[in-house]
Amino acid sequence: MVEKVPAVEFRDVSKIYPKMKNAAVKHISFKIEKGDFCCLIGTSGSGKTTLMRMINRMNSVTKGEVLVDGKNVKSFNPVNLRRHIGYVIQNNGLMPHMTIRENIILVPKLLKWPKDKLAGEAQKLIKMAELPESYLDRYPTELSGGQQQRIGVVRALAANQNLILMDEPFGALDPITRESLQNLIQNLQVRLGKTIVFVTHDMDEALKLATKVVVLHDGQLIQVGTPDQILHHPANDYVKSLIGEERLSEAKYETVKVKNVMLTNPTKIDLGASLTDALTMMKEHRVDTLLVVDNGDHLKGYISIDDLQRNYPKASSVSDILITKLGTVGPEEYLRDNFSRIMSRNKSYIPVTDSDKKLVGIVTRASLVNVVYEKIWGDKSRLQNTSEKEAK
Amino acid sequence: MSTFFAQHGSELLVKTWQQIYISAISLGLGIIVAVPLSVVLMKFKRIAKVVIAIASMLQTIPALALLAIMIPFFGVGKVPAIIALFLYSLMPILRNTYVGLTDVNQDTIDSARGLGMTNMQLILKVDIPLAMPVIMAGIRLSAIYVIAWATLASYIGAGGLGDFIFNGLSLYQTDLIFGGTIPVIILALLTDYLLGKLERKLTPKGI
Repeated sequence: MVEKVPAVEFRDVSKIYPKMKNAAVKHISFKIEKGDFCCLIGTSGSGKTTLMRMINRMNSVTKGEVLVDGKNVKSFNPVNLRRHIGYVIQNNGLMPHMTIRENIILVPKLLKWPKDKLAGEAQKLIKMAELPESYLDRYPTELSGGQQQRIGVVRALAANQNLILMDEPFGALDPITRESLQNLIQNLQVRLGKTIVFVTHDMDEALKLATKVVVLHDGQLIQVGTPDQILHHPANDYVKSLIGEERLSEAKYETVKVKNVMLTNPTKIDLGASLTDALTMMKEHRVDTLLVVDNGDHLKGYISIDDLQRNYPKASSVSDILITKLGTVGPEEYLRDNFSRIMSRNKSYIPVTDSDKKLVGIVTRASLVNVVYEKIWGDKSRLQNTSEKEAK
Repeated sequence: MSTFFAQHGSELLVKTWQQIYISAISLGLGIIVAVPLSVVLMKFKRIAKVVIAIASMLQTIPALALLAIMIPFFGVGKVPAIIALFLYSLMPILRNTYVGLTDVNQDTIDSARGLGMTNMQLILKVDIPLAMPVIMAGIRLSAIYVIAWATLASYIGAGGLGDFIFNGLSLYQTDLIFGGTIPVIILALLTDYLLGKLERKLTPKGI
């Protein structure tokens, strides 16, 4: 089998600007597969833009290799390489002295496409940008910032480039416009299967768009992973600070499993026990129901004080008044999926059983309170914690 | 007035033509040298400062002195006059073109390069069209200077409308002085007007 060639590969890449003490990019290696939406994220000066611009040779590589489609970028003619890689920058970079039409077909024209093909292309692309065809004969300054960037985005697709580089393309836009453009680019990427390398400092944007997130700091690679991996297993405090406290506590809530909050010593009684024993146990533990298990700890059902009172002393064994109809959850299930189920039950708890139906614990409504508290007041409890630590 | 035209009518036409001829060639040479020079200087910013300083210095030499300096090297006549005026025309065009090119939005240039324009395409299709209004402003300024100063060229035997003025001075004939001065003013205004039209034509829409 032929090994899949990554769209872009960095092999131990460093970039050292003359007269600068520190390298802008230090020993970076990672791969971007075809069809990936790869976000390079970091604060300013992290080297994210430098790294991206090495792909189309806008920046030179000091050490190491950058490969596009398995070939070292140095083996390409830079002008030709750039014509086959889409390029979008923050302030749209439209040519102010060219009409929208001329802007869109700039690259196909550089590639000397025949004239009839050019006209069709402009119409196809303006549709893709979700703008009316009449805009083709306008000049960039006659369009709003968001509309200009739409043109900037589709221009990068004009020559069927499979790889597109974007340098904080939506950084200068207001939040609503930005979101609509994020949706546009996400749609296009999924529909057309392009590989996108996207530089941003906005973690929300990265988590929303990316299939692969690359976190950079001070020219060093900190973490590579899917948005989920980054969110749930941030490599260090820097990544955490990029994600932000709010998102982290939310993510924490998202991944809380039943086993994390369950109580592991539920009051339970053996199937063969007498009702007298049951009553004693209820009194001891101050509960009105008991979970019933067999001698292998398999959950069989439950008994309640009401039934006990009604049937005593007619019945003598727990098994006589056993109610077997009982909802359970598994310990590995996510709490968020069962939250409403637990909260809406009129019972005050839900038993947790493993795959063998063995009783391993219970989730009480009270234990959910902590989760809700942390989700809503997560920051405050942390603040309290730190102030306590300082007090010590 | 009518007596002036009757006496000097045909001479006026010849002298005006000489004035246009000297000015146009000087200005043309100035454009041909200064614009490409600015483009090259863009790549060598440190040298650019030196070159612009030298061009500024040439500008400070009194026009009459510069014309006089030409005589030992090029003799008298049209050639030394054209060379001197050409040197004068360099400065405004050079500085404006340089400033105009430097002021082109860096994002636009970065984007054009990133899309795969060659250096030549970048200069011809992006840099120069976008800097055109500023370049043209320099050319218009140079044109007015050159037309005005070409009057002095008569002093070293280059002809032109300056002949009337110098004759008027030596013979103390006011009508000759005016007869030389007014056409120069009209010529300068007309040139500026025409270059303004050209500027609007050359400046791309959208900027």
